[in-house]
Amino acid sequence: MMRTRFDRQLETLNTMLIEMGAQTERAIALSIQALKEQNVKLARQAIACEREVDQTEKEIETLCLRLLLQQQPVAGDLRLISAALKMITDMERIGDQAADIAEISIHLSQEPYIKKLEHIPQMAQATVKMVTESIDAFVHRDLALAREVVDYDDVVDGLFDAVKNDLIALIGADSANGIQAIDLIMVAKYLERIGDHAVNIAQWVAFSITGTHDGGEEAD
Amino acid sequence: MEKFRLRDVSLWYNDFKALKDITMDIVSGEVTAFIGPSGCGKSTLLKSFNRMNDLVEGCKITGSIQLDGQDIYKDPNINGLRKRVGMVFQKPNPFPMSIYDNVAFGPRTHGVKSRLVLDELVEKALRDAAVWEETKDRLKKSALSLSGGQQQRLCIARALAVEPQALLMDEPTSALDPISTSKIEELVTQLKERYTIVIVTHNMQQATRISDKTAFFLLGELVEYGKTEQVFSLPRDKRCEDYITGRFG
Repeated sequence: MMRTRFDRQLETLNTMLIEMGAQTERAIALSIQALKEQNVKLARQAIACEREVDQTEKEIETLCLRLLLQQQPVAGDLRLISAALKMITDMERIGDQAADIAEISIHLSQEPYIKKLEHIPQMAQATVKMVTESIDAFVHRDLALAREVVDYDDVVDGLFDAVKNDLIALIGADSANGIQAIDLIMVAKYLERIGDHAVNIAQWVAFSITGTHDGGEEAD
Repeated sequence: MEKFRLRDVSLWYNDFKALKDITMDIVSGEVTAFIGPSGCGKSTLLKSFNRMNDLVEGCKITGSIQLDGQDIYKDPNINGLRKRVGMVFQKPNPFPMSIYDNVAFGPRTHGVKSRLVLDELVEKALRDAAVWEETKDRLKKSALSLSGGQQQRLCIARALAVEPQALLMDEPTSALDPISTSKIEELVTQLKERYTIVIVTHNMQQATRISDKTAFFLLGELVEYGKTEQVFSLPRDKRCEDYITGRFG
């Protein structure tokens, strides 16, 4: 096996992507835990986590650009590095949205909830699973797993509808619920978008394996 | 339309089988790149297109290579073949004579005597090879006074002067600096509309930049042949992927 230095650099890229994936998962988990427990300290940790995600994105971007410059990759190597460059943009957006949820949780920390949070934590759990599995699929070149992630977005979308319907009912029962309901629907929408970003990641993973990007519209 | 049509081409240097049952078509109006590790047979195959291997002792070829539907190994007119199929080598090899005489050499060999016609042919060839502006005021100067990159373009002009149909290029930029290389690459892209170009290169990026089709050879076999974009983005054969990504061995 030649190009051992290049292979070591690709291994580093894998490790950094796993790390960035773990940081985004932590940001989602902390922001939802902060929301559930109305815990401002956890919310601030989630926001700090988002800054780590941004930092790791810059480091991965630098590594990818260096690899493109120095190694002039082709074929599978080119697909892998270009997919990594696209994936980190989606992971960075996930970090932003987790931080946005943390901001809302700080805002809601002092008032009782109009309803026990049920579907929102489930949505968070589902999105964390999608992010984890999309990164796993990348590292293990697992096309079937990448496609499972794409399909799993339906679960997140279903939960979003459930949250929306609950909140509509609560506003119908008492219009005073509307103020908090708007915040909660924002949280659910952020989670729904996180699911879309995980789908994007999985589609780039599939591209890095097959050479074909079979996604429809991407989340922005 | 295919310019070269190869069917089961095998070639031996004495007992050594350098090419093994190569079957492929090379289309006109396109640049075809031959890639592969040293000794894989790509230059040998290139030289078979204008019977340069005939000069090698112990060389035997079987199968058929057709140029415009005619088997080139059944036609005794080798000079006629080499007029139709020009060649440019790795190292610029201008003759030790003037720039003008280098370019006029081919047409003169083929019987052109008129000064007026020769002047026109020389200017056209130098223009086509993108070296006219640099040489027009020094046509009587020695070709050896030109830089390496200019010499290589002069050699291309010399090949073009006999108005060939195909141009074979064996690593034409491997001895040149990046600026001269990009000039030759630009030239190849311009020439492909009028000539069928086959280029042997060890530079993978060059193959991706200038060729329409790429053929990967290994140990005398044609392993993969397809559109360059496909070969370099999604090669079908593992050996091809290993080679182009630098993991061959």
